[in-house]
Amino acid sequence: MSEANASATRITPGNALRPEDIAASDAVPSPEAAEYALWLGDDSLILAQRLGWWISRAPELEEDVALANIALDLIGHARSFLTYAGHASGRTEDDLAYFRREPEFRSAHLFEQPNGDFARTIARQFVVSHYQWELYSRLTHSTDATLAGIAAKAVKEVDYHRDHSLQWVLRLAQGTEESRRRMIAGLKLTWPYVEELFADEPLIDALGGAAVRPSSLREPFDAAVAAVLAEADLEVPAVPGATGGGRRGVHSEHLGYILAELQVLAREHPGASW
Amino acid sequence: MAAPAATQYGSPDVDAAGQQLFDELIIQDSRIEPRDWMPEAYRKSLTRQISQHAHSEIIGMQPEANWITRAPSLKRKAILMAKVQDEAGHGLYLYSAAETLGTPRDKMTEDLIAGKARYSSIFNYPVLTWADIGAIGWLVDGAAICNQVPLCRASYGPYGRAMVRICKEESFHQRQGFEILLELANGTQAQRDMAQDAINRWYAPSLMMFGPPDDDSPNSNQSMAWNIKRFSNDELRSRFVGMIAEQVKALGLSLPDPDVRFNEDTGKWEYGPLDWEEFKEVLAGRGPCNAQRMERRREAHEDGAWVREAAAAYADKQARGAASATEAA
Repeated sequence: MSEANASATRITPGNALRPEDIAASDAVPSPEAAEYALWLGDDSLILAQRLGWWISRAPELEEDVALANIALDLIGHARSFLTYAGHASGRTEDDLAYFRREPEFRSAHLFEQPNGDFARTIARQFVVSHYQWELYSRLTHSTDATLAGIAAKAVKEVDYHRDHSLQWVLRLAQGTEESRRRMIAGLKLTWPYVEELFADEPLIDALGGAAVRPSSLREPFDAAVAAVLAEADLEVPAVPGATGGGRRGVHSEHLGYILAELQVLAREHPGASW
Repeated sequence: MAAPAATQYGSPDVDAAGQQLFDELIIQDSRIEPRDWMPEAYRKSLTRQISQHAHSEIIGMQPEANWITRAPSLKRKAILMAKVQDEAGHGLYLYSAAETLGTPRDKMTEDLIAGKARYSSIFNYPVLTWADIGAIGWLVDGAAICNQVPLCRASYGPYGRAMVRICKEESFHQRQGFEILLELANGTQAQRDMAQDAINRWYAPSLMMFGPPDDDSPNSNQSMAWNIKRFSNDELRSRFVGMIAEQVKALGLSLPDPDVRFNEDTGKWEYGPLDWEEFKEVLAGRGPCNAQRMERRREAHEDGAWVREAAAAYADKQARGAASATEAA
C-alpha cells in the first residue's frame, strides 16, 4: 500500500473525515500532493477569514447564521487540507496557517478579494461555491485517498453554499433596481479573478490522478454559472482577466493585511499552545 | 377548558373570566400560552424582558466577533465562530418568543437601534485580549446560566421552552471558556498573566449581571409573583460566587475579591462590595463601549436595508407570479 493510500481510511464509510482523524493518521502525502493540498487549504482558509468579518454585521440575523456556517465549513476544509499537507514536512495546521510568510501561501486571488457590500460577497461566494463543487465532486475520485476523503465531506457542504449564493443572486438581480445594480457591480468586480481558478500549473502534470486538472473544470463551471445568470436575466461580465499568480505565491495587495490580522496573536507567543 | 379568545379583550366578562383562569394557572405553577388571556402588564413586562434578552444576544455577538479574525489557532477560530453563530440563533428564538406576545421583530429591532430598548450592560465592556474570550465564556456565560436555568420554568410557555435550548448551548459555551482559561493557565507566564488580568476585569461586571441588590430591584417582586423570576438577584449572585470560587482553584488563578467566603451560619457565599455607581453609569449609556456597540448595530442594520428590501420585493414578485400562474391554469 502506498503512503498516500495509507490515509485516514480507518474512517468507516459514511462517516465524515475530520481534521483530527487526519492528524492522527500516518498518511504522508507526496511533496506534490502536499503542495496541492496547500492550494485548496489556503483558498478555504483565506475566504473563511474574509467571511468571518460578516458575523455580527450581516443584513439579517439569518444571514449572520448562514455566512457563519459557510465560514465554519471552509475552516473545516482548510484544517483538513493543511493538516494533511503538514504531514509531508512535520508541521501542524497551525504551523502552516500562522507561521508561513505571504509568498508561501498558495491561495488564488479570488479568495483574497475584499468583502465589499453584500452583493460583492455573494458574487464571490457564487463563483467560489460553483468552482469548489465542480472540483470536489471530481476530487472524490482522487488516487490519493486522503484528498478523496476530504473532498467527499466538503462536496456535500459546498452544495449548500452553492444553493445559498445562487438564491441570493436571483433575489438581488430581480429584487429592486438598487439590488440589481449592486449585483451587476459585484459580479463585475469578481470576474477578473475567475480565470486563475482554471489555470493548469506544472504541478498538476506531476500529480496525475491525485489532482483534478483545473482547466477541465472550466466547461462545467461555465455551464452551471450561465444557467443561473440566465435565470436572473444577467450577463456573464465581459471584463479582462487579472494576472493571478497565487499558486506560485504571488499575491494581491490584500493578502498581507489578511495575514497580519490572522497571525498577529499566534506570532506574539511563538511556541505557545492555545 | 376553553380559553377566552384573544379578540374579546376589553369585554368586562371576558377579562374577569380570563383573569380568573390566569390566576389559577399561576397558582398551579402551570404555563400561560400565547392564545391565553393575560393581563396587559404581564404581556408588557414579558415583552420587555424577552426582547431585552434577545437584544443582549445580538449585541453580545460583537465583543466576541472582535476576536474571530485573530483567534490564535484554527480550532479556536472555528469554536469561536460557532459560538457567535449560536448567539445569533439565540437572538432568533427569543425574538420569535417575544413575537408571540404581539410585537413584531422589526419593531423590536427599531427600538434597539433607536436606543429605546436595553440590552445587558456587560457587553459595554471592551474585549481586549484573547483571555477575555475565555473569561467571557466562563464568567459571563456562567452568570447567564445561573440566571437562565430557572427561566426554563418561567410561566410563559414560549419563553421557558426557548430557554431550555439556550441553556444547553450556554453550558457548552461556559465549558469552552473555562477550557480556554485552563489552557492559558497551564501555558507560558505571559499566557497566565493574560488569564489573570481577564478574570480581574470581568469578575465584578459579571457579578453585576444579576441586577441590583434585592432592596433596590423595582421589578423583581411582580416578576416573582408571576412565576417568571424564581430566585432573587442576591440569591443567584451568591450561588454564582460559590460556583466560581471553587472553579478558579482548578485554574490555579484567583478572584480579585478578598471578601469571597462561605458563611457557615447563613449557608450562603459572600463577596465584597460592588460598584453600583459604575453599574448605573454603564446602564445609562456611559460605559466604555456603549456608543461603539450601538453604532455597529445601527450600521449593520442600515447597510443591510437594501438587501432586506430586495428580498421582500423578490418574494412579492414570486408570490404574484405563482398566483397568476394558478389563475391561468
